[in-house]
Amino acid sequence: MVATSGSQTTQSQGYKYMLGSRTYQFSDLKELMAKATPARSGDRLAGVAAESAEERAVAQRVLAEVPLKQFLQEALIPYEQDEITRLIMDDHSAEAFAPISHLTVGDFRNWLLSDEASSEVLTSVRDGITPEMAAAVSKLMRNQDLILVAKKCHVASAFRDTIGLPGHLSTRIQPNHPTDDATGIAASILDGLLYGNGDAVIGINPATDNVAQATKLMQMMDAVIQEYEIPTQSCVLTHVTNTLEAIEQGAPVDLVFQSIGGTEATNSSFGFNLANLAEARDAALSLKRGTVGDNVMYFETGQGSSLSADAHHGLDQQTCEARAYAVARKFKPLLVNTVVGFIGPEYLFDGKEIIRAGLEDHFCAKLLGLPMGCDICYTNHAQADQNDMDTLLTLLGVAGCTFIMGIPGSDDIMLNYQTTSFHDALYARRALGLKPAPEFEQWLTRMQIFQDAGRFTPSAELPASFVKPLQRALGGNH
Amino acid sequence: MSQTDKQFVTPNPWQALRSYTDARIGLGRAGVSLPTSELLDFQLAHALAQDAVHQPLDVAALLEQLNPLIYDCGLDPCHTLQSRVPDRPTYLQRPDLGRRLDENSAELLRQYSFSNHRAYDLAIAVVDGLSSRAIAENTLPFLSELCASLKDDAEEWSVAPLSIVTQGRVAIGDEIGDLINARAVLVMIGERPGLSSPDSLGLYLTWDPRVGLNDARRNCISNVRKAGLDYPDAVRKLMYLLKESRRMQLSGVQLKERSEEPVIDGAQTQQNFLISDVKP
Repeated sequence: MVATSGSQTTQSQGYKYMLGSRTYQFSDLKELMAKATPARSGDRLAGVAAESAEERAVAQRVLAEVPLKQFLQEALIPYEQDEITRLIMDDHSAEAFAPISHLTVGDFRNWLLSDEASSEVLTSVRDGITPEMAAAVSKLMRNQDLILVAKKCHVASAFRDTIGLPGHLSTRIQPNHPTDDATGIAASILDGLLYGNGDAVIGINPATDNVAQATKLMQMMDAVIQEYEIPTQSCVLTHVTNTLEAIEQGAPVDLVFQSIGGTEATNSSFGFNLANLAEARDAALSLKRGTVGDNVMYFETGQGSSLSADAHHGLDQQTCEARAYAVARKFKPLLVNTVVGFIGPEYLFDGKEIIRAGLEDHFCAKLLGLPMGCDICYTNHAQADQNDMDTLLTLLGVAGCTFIMGIPGSDDIMLNYQTTSFHDALYARRALGLKPAPEFEQWLTRMQIFQDAGRFTPSAELPASFVKPLQRALGGNH
Repeated sequence: MSQTDKQFVTPNPWQALRSYTDARIGLGRAGVSLPTSELLDFQLAHALAQDAVHQPLDVAALLEQLNPLIYDCGLDPCHTLQSRVPDRPTYLQRPDLGRRLDENSAELLRQYSFSNHRAYDLAIAVVDGLSSRAIAENTLPFLSELCASLKDDAEEWSVAPLSIVTQGRVAIGDEIGDLINARAVLVMIGERPGLSSPDSLGLYLTWDPRVGLNDARRNCISNVRKAGLDYPDAVRKLMYLLKESRRMQLSGVQLKERSEEPVIDGAQTQQNFLISDVKP
């Protein structure tokens, strides 16, 4: 082929671009995607990142010229080798794709930002967009583009309340305790509820991963939800095979949890496959525990998991992450969240990389139709702090993020990292006017937890329903 | 609450529940935001945790601590090993290098195996990970408990000499177990420090260790420390896993941890003060 000033593509020889006297060559779509990715430590660790800023900028120009149709012809991981590639290709809707099928990646960005791409139109093309198309266009987008388009993507889900309505932000109470101590967990749940949190889920990461312990935690949360008639759901974040076994033993399972990745090999390293998820979902649906909806799955993702499992097939970590959303949307989840800063500085080095990744993940997931939340977080070995989290929380709040985590004082005393606090949610509500799920907001008012729901102000006094419980906890000593 | 907080801070009536948990509950609020005193407490805790990540493990002091135990248990002297990581900044960004022994360390183990001609039921690797403090504080009491349980067990357990590893990741145990000819490897590693727990130890058990295994092949017990999962409970769980692993000849997701009797928190696990049928 002839290399000209500008990009040329052929499937046989890869992708070429001449800039001045230099010719850039990208051997395939996978390499082009990786080189076009905004800089981050995980891609450097994998050896797939652009070698210079110029090469990255050139790769973005070449990627902009790639037709969206190319992603249906050039699988990044071969169809025969990977059940997620098969899922993506087999479930692709040519009909939904038709309105955008003539676009290049660069055109696609313009189209997404245009007024033509209304919320209704974005919903109608969803099933025609593959994760790779979403990842590719995100690599050309600035943070403000990722925010503006995500805000247009409306995705609602429901179980005992309705999550993801425009103008709403939900929160997970994450009452983790290092020994799964019942009183400690209950104290964190109480703290969260009285700060108006918990409408997405009350979800515990168990300290020890076994079926008996998971079942006890499920029973405990179920009793609390019933006692106070809370329009929310519970989840123990244990392995999908544990939850399935718990269901078989009669445990009160609301949501089935699983950490998922974007390659079959990643999920194999997590110890499950798509058939396991289907089986667990069917089992949870059979319990019919939802009151306003039947979304029964809760997934967590995060850039870097495929590389961490040595299962990335040479893809960049953001593209792997987007492919995980194909897994998620197959099973109609109530909640998905990217645990963006949890994995550590070898994948996302500092606050700047964490913020960028959080916005990319939220955008790609929303575009693909997922109820996407974010665990806005960092570890103590990353170059990040509370100010970075405030920035990402604010940006995601503006972007219409479905839900965030809520932890007492930002400190997860079991998982040893920092995420958003109960206070942080109230900050986002006040700064951006974001309400909790409607059923939950009514409950907060009815229980006198909020004295002014319009300003998201918690009552100064202990709400009447919680006076006796507190007396039980503190006995005669207080 | 400090003097300065009193005027504009709304306290939480449930603040006294803090005596039941290390979680930062009942912090009160200024408007809907953190009171100044709580903000400052958090900033100090974060500073301490960041510093803990960068503190190197004092190997000589650890060896001195462990020597009497090694002697009592009749183990050969410890091996002091290093990963391929040259320094802490590299450690943080190159986990691949932290999963492999450097050439000198690998050679040391090869020589040992060559001259020793033995197979072991279990190799134990003590690895600094992300908290040298976790290793310095938990290794001796945990190992004392474990060695006693291994000795008392109905089955025979032959234990390889301990490996003390610096700048290591969990998977470095695979190479150690393989080179030293052990059927299973236990990695004791410093977990990444939390704000309230800069001293937490993680345990990872891998059956048939060799380079290249993924995490689905391991069983994990986390948060082992005085104020977390205490040593007797951790050892009881680990002994269950060790025995089951040897019986089933595997580890990882196919090996469920079912040492539930007595369950961690006894019958209290389901019951708590939020539920009305609990007797005070």
